[in-house]
Amino acid sequence: MHELSIASAIVDTATKHADGRQVSVVSVRVGGLRQVTADSLRFYFEIVARDGVCAHARLELTQVALRLRCRDCGQEWETDQPEFRCSRCAPGSVEVLTGEELEVDYIEVEEEAVCIAPG
Amino acid sequence: MHRTRVRIVEDALDANNTIARANREDFDRAAVRVVNLMSAPGAGKTTLLEAALGDLGAIRPGVLEGDVQGSLDADRIAHLHIPVVQLNTGSGFGGECHLDANMVRSALPALALHELDLLIVENVGNLVCPAEFRIGEDVRVMISSVTEGEDKPLKYPLMFRACQLVVINKIDLLPHLDFDLELFLHHLDGVHPGVPRMLLSAKTGEGVEEFRGWLREVATRETVPV
Repeated sequence: MHELSIASAIVDTATKHADGRQVSVVSVRVGGLRQVTADSLRFYFEIVARDGVCAHARLELTQVALRLRCRDCGQEWETDQPEFRCSRCAPGSVEVLTGEELEVDYIEVEEEAVCIAPG
Repeated sequence: MHRTRVRIVEDALDANNTIARANREDFDRAAVRVVNLMSAPGAGKTTLLEAALGDLGAIRPGVLEGDVQGSLDADRIAHLHIPVVQLNTGSGFGGECHLDANMVRSALPALALHELDLLIVENVGNLVCPAEFRIGEDVRVMISSVTEGEDKPLKYPLMFRACQLVVINKIDLLPHLDFDLELFLHHLDGVHPGVPRMLLSAKTGEGVEEFRGWLREVATRETVPV
């Protein structure tokens, strides 16, 4: 249900950086902890982008797995469960290495070909 | 025409976070500490505020009420003779399901910040979206009531990880429910190890004094890192 707000934030970020140019691709990295539903985000992205420079942009989503590390024993593991306990140290002090991302990685924009008139 | 790739690597919520920082600067200037209170609909946010805010001693509280529509909650708080401002989110796509930094910013002129020590922002009832949007608060609190079931930390980890205090409300109902408190706390510790928690009943008043004490402590903090 938060995908609408996230779609708006993504479109705003892409539009700001597009600087008036038409956007063809918006690439976003989404961590496993963000609980973002890809289909829902795409659906809202289309609606929110409709009247701006992102109107014809394709939304590319890269899922980033939730990767944890125990500060006590150094063990690292990947998981799809929100379980921040170390299997060795139980519970241990667990930190998130990846999985909290919600970032616009890059956009692709259409540029006019620059012609330099012969002198 | 040709295509150019523009590297951005920017948090999609960066614009919100920038406004949240501006809010925070305003709060700091007025020496007001701000609590962002979040929960599912019906967990007892307003009831807890009614129970707790009337008796904070020298601390001067104020409330910013976020709701999709109406002023029912603000009316309840106004009975306590506490400054309250209603913020409705209903102008969006059928109503935004959370408060964001800009909405809170728009309500600041209606709040006499210099007359407050503590501002409670009662967010829109929702366990998903409010966790994403900072509003310039010092501390985030969530209420989980025992009628919601013990699996909620596993279903809404973002929310349970975003807060610095979990209030477990409606404990007066425990004898009538199948709610397994030990299991809930086990899930909570799995999702947010060691997060402070308080068990209380806003209805009977059991445990509310501990929450009041926590509010007083927050209100008198010097500065708290975001």
